[in-house]
Amino acid sequence: MALLEISQLTKTFGGLMAINHLDLHVDEGEIVSVIGPNGAGKTTFFNIITGMFQPDEGEIWFNGHNLVGLRPNKILELGVARTFQNVRLFPNMTVRQNVMVAQHARTHSGLLAAILRTPGFRREEEMVRQKAEETLAFFGNRLVGYRFDQPAFVLSYANRRRLEIARAMATEATLILLDEPTAGMNPRETIEMTQLIGRLRDEKGYTIIVIEHDMQVVRGVSDQVVVLDYGQKIAEGKYSEVAQNERVLEAYLGRQGAQEHAAA
Amino acid sequence: MATLTKSIRTRINLERINWITVVFWTIGIVSLVLIVWGSFNSITSGRLSAAQWRDLIVFGLAQGGVYALLALGYTMVYGVLGFINFAHGEVFMSGAMVGFFAASALDDAGMWDNQPALSLLIVLAVAMATSMLVAVLIERVAYRPLRAAPRLIPLITSIGASFFLQYSFRGLFGAGIKSYPQMAALEGSFTILGLRILKSQSLVIAGAVLMMVGLYLFVERTKTGKTLRAVAEDKEIAALMGIDVDRAIVMTFIVGGAMAGAAALLYSLVFRQVSFFTGFFPGIKAFTAAVLGGIGNIAGAMVGGLVLGILESVGPSLVLAGFNIPAFTQLKDVVAFLALVLVLILRPTGLLGERLAEERA
Amino acid sequence: MTQATEQVAKADLRDQAGREAAIQVRDVGLGQALRLGLLGGITTVFISAIGMIEAFAGRIIMQPFLTLSFTALLLIPLVFGYLAGKKPPEVEGLTRARTGPRNVLAGLLAGVLTGVLTGLFVLVANAIDLRDIFIAISPRLLNILTFDQSPSSALVLLVLVGGVLGALGSLVAIAPGRWRRPLLGAFLWTLTVGLLEGVFQQVLRGLRLEAVNSFLFSPLGGLEPAGALTIFVLVFALYVVLERRRGSVSARLEAMSDRERRRTMIIGVVALLIVLAILPQIVGVFLSEVLVNVGIYLLMGLGLNIVVGFAGLLDLGYVAFFAVGAYVTAVLTSPSSPFWAPQLTFWVALPFVVLVAALAGIMVGTPVLRMRGDYLAIVTLGFGEIARLLFVSEWLVPYVGGAQGILSIPKVTIGAFEARTPPQLFYLVMAFVLLTIYVSWALKNSRIGRAWMAMREDEPVAEVIGIDIVQAKLSAFVVGAVLASFGGAIFATKIGSIFPNSFEILVSITVLVLIIVGGMGSIPGVIVGALVLVGLPELLREFSEFRLLFYGALLIYMMLKKPEGFIPAKERMRELHQEEMLQDSWLRETEPYDRETPVDARGRDPDAGLI
Repeated sequence: MALLEISQLTKTFGGLMAINHLDLHVDEGEIVSVIGPNGAGKTTFFNIITGMFQPDEGEIWFNGHNLVGLRPNKILELGVARTFQNVRLFPNMTVRQNVMVAQHARTHSGLLAAILRTPGFRREEEMVRQKAEETLAFFGNRLVGYRFDQPAFVLSYANRRRLEIARAMATEATLILLDEPTAGMNPRETIEMTQLIGRLRDEKGYTIIVIEHDMQVVRGVSDQVVVLDYGQKIAEGKYSEVAQNERVLEAYLGRQGAQEHAAA
Repeated sequence: MATLTKSIRTRINLERINWITVVFWTIGIVSLVLIVWGSFNSITSGRLSAAQWRDLIVFGLAQGGVYALLALGYTMVYGVLGFINFAHGEVFMSGAMVGFFAASALDDAGMWDNQPALSLLIVLAVAMATSMLVAVLIERVAYRPLRAAPRLIPLITSIGASFFLQYSFRGLFGAGIKSYPQMAALEGSFTILGLRILKSQSLVIAGAVLMMVGLYLFVERTKTGKTLRAVAEDKEIAALMGIDVDRAIVMTFIVGGAMAGAAALLYSLVFRQVSFFTGFFPGIKAFTAAVLGGIGNIAGAMVGGLVLGILESVGPSLVLAGFNIPAFTQLKDVVAFLALVLVLILRPTGLLGERLAEERA
Repeated sequence: MTQATEQVAKADLRDQAGREAAIQVRDVGLGQALRLGLLGGITTVFISAIGMIEAFAGRIIMQPFLTLSFTALLLIPLVFGYLAGKKPPEVEGLTRARTGPRNVLAGLLAGVLTGVLTGLFVLVANAIDLRDIFIAISPRLLNILTFDQSPSSALVLLVLVGGVLGALGSLVAIAPGRWRRPLLGAFLWTLTVGLLEGVFQQVLRGLRLEAVNSFLFSPLGGLEPAGALTIFVLVFALYVVLERRRGSVSARLEAMSDRERRRTMIIGVVALLIVLAILPQIVGVFLSEVLVNVGIYLLMGLGLNIVVGFAGLLDLGYVAFFAVGAYVTAVLTSPSSPFWAPQLTFWVALPFVVLVAALAGIMVGTPVLRMRGDYLAIVTLGFGEIARLLFVSEWLVPYVGGAQGILSIPKVTIGAFEARTPPQLFYLVMAFVLLTIYVSWALKNSRIGRAWMAMREDEPVAEVIGIDIVQAKLSAFVVGAVLASFGGAIFATKIGSIFPNSFEILVSITVLVLIIVGGMGSIPGVIVGALVLVGLPELLREFSEFRLLFYGALLIYMMLKKPEGFIPAKERMRELHQEEMLQDSWLRETEPYDRETPVDARGRDPDAGLI
């Protein structure tokens, strides 16, 4: 059953068409990888889905709602969360606080409740705290214990990526968009991340769209692979199909390279 | 046309209008209605004759010329360094104050009335030199160490520098108001094409236009100007191209200071009274002008300055008087500030569009 | 700022393993000493020319002749000599700093140069009458600078005195820590007592220690030399004794269990409340008045702290809300309010004050919702000015009295208690301040507090995470506005009449400076900021003329050196010194399998928020 249905999405920046009449269909529980050369428009794609940019044309249907024109926090409320290519945590907030704040949209204590410290407020705070710690526990020992109260900027790179994913999880989303989650990681960390993505779907039931450059990861996690080039979808299907696709090879390797590859 | 309607339709997705957009549109529409209504009342009531309206416009142009020159300083620094140089108003004030002493001395020596052109040139040089010096000093002491800091820190620093300068000048030269000597050659007026212009005003308008043309040529045609534009566009790449970014930034301040010094002289010719506080309001209004025209955009600063000058001069009589508000001229500052707010709500990129340094994503 | 001239000398050092290690030995830079001397001279000339020296000449720090101006003049070569003689920074294992006669020479040079420049200034000022231009260069000033000698002998004297003081300063700089700190501490405390003699005399009188009073202070003003010496020695001894137990207080706090810590905090708070309760009785009427003003600014500081420090919205027009609070109170309670005089009591009027303030907060907050930081600053500045211009305008005279203001505002009463005298007002202000401190704390540690922090750090990401930015910003403005309006309401009843010129931009800037200097986002910081920046100018009239000058200089200094303030909030410290912290954590943490890879080359998150 379709969770996300994108039709004819188009976005132009000045003279450049960043996204060119893109269609996409994602079923619930699927892991879809979006790949393509640099500048193909993948991150722009995420930005549009999450409401950070407005498309020029097109519709984005998520769970029966059209996301186009909604503000990002509304989109989050509907169940779409994301991580960023260059890890945008809240560096001076603690690890726990980063995850607690992600539950903002799911809680509702206001100013007055906070000032008066009502029982409702206290209960909600405790629940938010618990939930944050539980979510962090998903990552093993990495982000628990003494880590809870550390400011986010002292974390190692890999831990920051994990924290960002934890933050996205805590928003109680149904669809998570991961933007190059393994960028900058060493082979061991990459394998761990690949497994993590799988666990996110298997254990927690998230639907996931991943932007990736590392083909091992793509092969390891994807149910579906979508290839973008110059904002257009040039191929779609299982990894094995896409990896042989001529146009895909051309996009990555250039025409000559693709021919050499075919000859080899 | 089709794409336009389609994009408007995407944006004004009827289910998705959030109340903020509604509020902003309401503010805009209500403001427009009020302005038109008030203006209509004022004009039809015939309180002011056509000649008086023209006087106001000419005065507005003169004032606008001063604002335009000042706005250039703000817009250039903002384009290159990305923050509002609050202390630019004091750069202007310092030129005006020191210029006053030069003018006094010339007056005492009798040169002020006997050799007006020479005197004006001398005072201009003095004012410009002072302003340039103060501008460079501030850059060196307060701004350079903060090149890499988050943008609000230099802003706060510039607020500190502004007050520091104001009160230093107060301490040094006293809190009293200093009046530039009256220049015989500039008294009276003449009439061109039915417009009555005071001689002083004509000098201001001419002077401002001259400086603006000079700056435009400088920025567009000279090598240094090109350097400044490159640094304003992308500091890092400019550095990689071999440009001395520090020197370019200092040059930006120097040019901005020179403009401010010129503005100081022109201001003094029209308003004649200067004190340590003279920089404050013109500073804010000049920044408003810069934003009005499009921050970072040099042509925008010039246009914005002239527009704001006229708005401020004509506005109260045009709009406020139409609602029978007593003593509406008191509220000309309010008009200027409201112009700023409206521009930033309705068209934050200004009339001619922003031109800012690349944001590193 | 200090860059020692490096003289690289390879010193052979054999470490335990017997290998040669090349360590850079750094000497104090003499070029730098000259630069510092130049700076010292410029500083002296500057503060003379702006009239500070003459203004300070009235206050005597210590009998028989040590006026504040002399103190300032003497301090300059001392301080610059200290800076010149300081040993360059050492990095263990890499550089070592040599201390010796060279340091003293550096101090001497700096001091001498300061004296030379001052002397030259005196000569020039004596020869040419510059009073038409520089109004402060009066004969009196010259007398002070020349110690009443002729200008030429003054030059020699200034050079000598400068040199000696500079050398002295450098000696202190190179003294070992355990002597230097007590020296500096004793000196600073003696100076403080002499400066704030009014405060100390009052407190001693209040504590019935008149005998101590007459011993320490002279009836002619200032400290008695014997008294000064006693204070110096006592504080010195105290520092030496406490040296041993340095750091043990904070260490003990850390070591306590949560429960013990909470109990200590409660005891601390109770003790503080008791002190506050009896404070007005001890310090007397005049100082209570000062404290009331401090309290009002503190109230506003805490409010602005929420807007700027928590939510990251640089509101430069905060005085507008202060004015709203004052005017609404005045209109509702005063019998001579022009348009409408319902003559409510303060407490009945208060809810309306809150309501109008909240509306004002929304009105100011809405237009700036989509603006970036610096535009927001300028626009709010504009709003502050618009408010004042409207209040003073002829147009609104029938409603708010214009330049004549509104008079006859009644005092606040609670049953039999009337807040009329300064001590009584003090209790009223303190009650509101304590309430505000609680509200600040409560909001900081709450859902909305976290939302504010996230918004401050990275607004687009905060929105994507689910935070309604509009609500967050508007709530910040509303809370800030309401708190400021409390200050305004109390202000109105305190003075009994309000005029538009009490609501100038000066107020907004003062509040901003006090939270920045104290420490943005940090509640103790704001308290200290208010005490120092509002209390001092009230206590020392000489400073009030130069208040904004000091504020400006202070803002520049703080942004350059210590943007997190003197008592920073924990988060802010981390934020602005992330590089250093990262290095530390790299040293401290051992993670067997996680690589430490900073996000960008300098370890800073390139997308982190504005403040």
